[in-house]
Amino acid sequence: MRSTRAIDISTGLFVLLGFAAILFMVTQITNRGFSLRSDSYRLLAAFENIGGLKPGAPVSMAGVTIGRVEDIQYDMKLYKAIVTMRISDKYGAIPNDSDASIYTAGLLGGQYIGLTPGGSDVPYKDGEQVIMANDAIVLENLISKYLFNSAATKSGESAAAAAPAAQE
Amino acid sequence: MNAILRDFVQSFLTFLERVGLLVRFALRLFAILPSALLRVRPIIEQVYNTGAMSLVIIMTCGLFVGMVLGLQGYDLLTRFGSEEYLGTATAVSLLRELGPVVTALLFAGRAGTALAAELGLMRATDQIAAMEIMAVDPMRRVVLPRFLGGVIAMPLLVSIFIVVGLFGAQLVGVELFGVDSGSFWSQMRSSVELGDIREGLVKGVVFGVACSLIAVYEGYNAMPTAEGVGRATTRTVVISAVVTLILDYILSALML
Amino acid sequence: MDSGKIVFSGLDIEIGRGAVTAIMGPSGTGKTTLLKLITGQVGADRGQVVVDGHDVARLNRKQIFALRRRMGMLFQNGALLTDLDVFENVAFPLREHTRLPERLIRTIVLTKLHAVGLRGAASLYPQQLSGGMGRRVALARAIVMDPEILIYDEPFAGLDPISMGVVLRLIRSLNDALGITSIVVTHDVREISQIADMSFIIAEGKVVASGTTAELRDHPSPIVHQFVDGLADGPVPFHYPAAEYHEQLLGGKVFA
Repeated sequence: MRSTRAIDISTGLFVLLGFAAILFMVTQITNRGFSLRSDSYRLLAAFENIGGLKPGAPVSMAGVTIGRVEDIQYDMKLYKAIVTMRISDKYGAIPNDSDASIYTAGLLGGQYIGLTPGGSDVPYKDGEQVIMANDAIVLENLISKYLFNSAATKSGESAAAAAPAAQE
Repeated sequence: MNAILRDFVQSFLTFLERVGLLVRFALRLFAILPSALLRVRPIIEQVYNTGAMSLVIIMTCGLFVGMVLGLQGYDLLTRFGSEEYLGTATAVSLLRELGPVVTALLFAGRAGTALAAELGLMRATDQIAAMEIMAVDPMRRVVLPRFLGGVIAMPLLVSIFIVVGLFGAQLVGVELFGVDSGSFWSQMRSSVELGDIREGLVKGVVFGVACSLIAVYEGYNAMPTAEGVGRATTRTVVISAVVTLILDYILSALML
Repeated sequence: MDSGKIVFSGLDIEIGRGAVTAIMGPSGTGKTTLLKLITGQVGADRGQVVVDGHDVARLNRKQIFALRRRMGMLFQNGALLTDLDVFENVAFPLREHTRLPERLIRTIVLTKLHAVGLRGAASLYPQQLSGGMGRRVALARAIVMDPEILIYDEPFAGLDPISMGVVLRLIRSLNDALGITSIVVTHDVREISQIADMSFIIAEGKVVASGTTAELRDHPSPIVHQFVDGLADGPVPFHYPAAEYHEQLLGGKVFA
């Protein structure tokens, strides 16, 4: 029979190890723990097209994550997507002429919202809507735009080539 | 043909009967739960019995599972040129699936069988009958501490398994394959969510309850013979494994 | 009970207060079931089991437990709790059912151990005891709460002659010294006849003979005669039912 003291010590060690593991997991392997509702405020943005933006996507300024996308709804009257962003109170002084754009991380990565600061002295308040929201760049639009442009350039070139030819 | 159908119906009814007995046992166990607060000593001993004694096997297997994840994960991700996601991939796999499930299976094999064998032996040597005669409730005295010991130990074992696994993956990915240590952890940090951790811990608790319940039930209700004890331990492992995997699917679906 | 086998039919026994009563019979006649009826572990389909004026079947859980506290039982293999030492095993009922101060418990336990001659073995563990010693410790435990009824289930099984003599002496002396009622279930006729005041022989589910040792020795019934004298053949046949001997041997067929 093991002495009860040895058992107690071993058990204590085991439980401590277990809790240390849990603590490690919670602090060291995630920084997406924005669960503190009280230390944050909301900002809204209306987009024509949100592309692949999902709730939980980061909101950043100058590349630094300052908040998360909390909710995305579709407004039937404005025909726009209303995105609710939750910004940490640490960044409570965003000028109220800053705009929001949807970017893509890397070439094929996830999408996020980037805020570009304006020059105003007055900050956005909780629940305010950003004045300007730039849509996501949708690949299909980009491609058709490119094709349209190159077609236009070509016809422009041939027109320009034709014009001097005509002028001669 | 009729005979086959009749046998099938019979086995099904027996199966239902067994499930019913298990549920009754579980309800009785939960009914006497508050009495556990009166005697903490046996629970501590059982946490040692099921948890601390399983540490070696859990940590060893955790290390190797993590290392294999690092190996396989690296090979798979290089095909898409996304090696820097190794940290994320191993963390999420361990947290959501491999951690809780593999730990539960190992727990059933090591701790579950020990619980079933102890209780089965007590049953076979009339110790349980003696307790009943002495007007002591064997459920309160020997079954409850063992059940609670297992339930407390499991989530802790799962956490240790996951952390050791992560370091195993890092060992292989960073030291062996040269993935950048910084991006291994920072990619992990930015992609792993609190919800993933929650999923792993919830599964750990649920699997702990299930496997501990099955182990104490089989042991307590074993046939009081040497053969009966042996069968009880076998059934513990088999039933725990199946139930764990079924619960795994259900929980994964619920938490996604 | 579950197998549907009729264990007893028309069983009528009256056990006298303050006497040593032996219950004997060939193997498999359900002597252990009889004990379970007395302790309330098993219920009768028909008839009554009355202990000290109480119909056991009518008692609720609490009352049965209260009744059991007035009984002591010695199991066939001792049934000591393997995780406690001898002292703690004997102290077990005291700790569970009373709030006596530690010093008093110590006195009582040592007294009971002294009565069975094992006061010096108080710190040993059940695994370290011989069969006879273990049984004596179990006896000490059975009397620690000063019960009114002591039940012995095959107390002589597997003991050497010396230990048997010890247990015999203890049964008689405890019965007289403590003024209790002793019920001994056994088939060691030679041993128990030395100390029993009254004996019942049960065969085929009912009482086939009862009386003092002398009365049974001179009993006319052939089955009693066979049992008491230990004859190999008689009403309980030597040969298991089989086909005719020369037919099977010379007839070529292996089975009947």
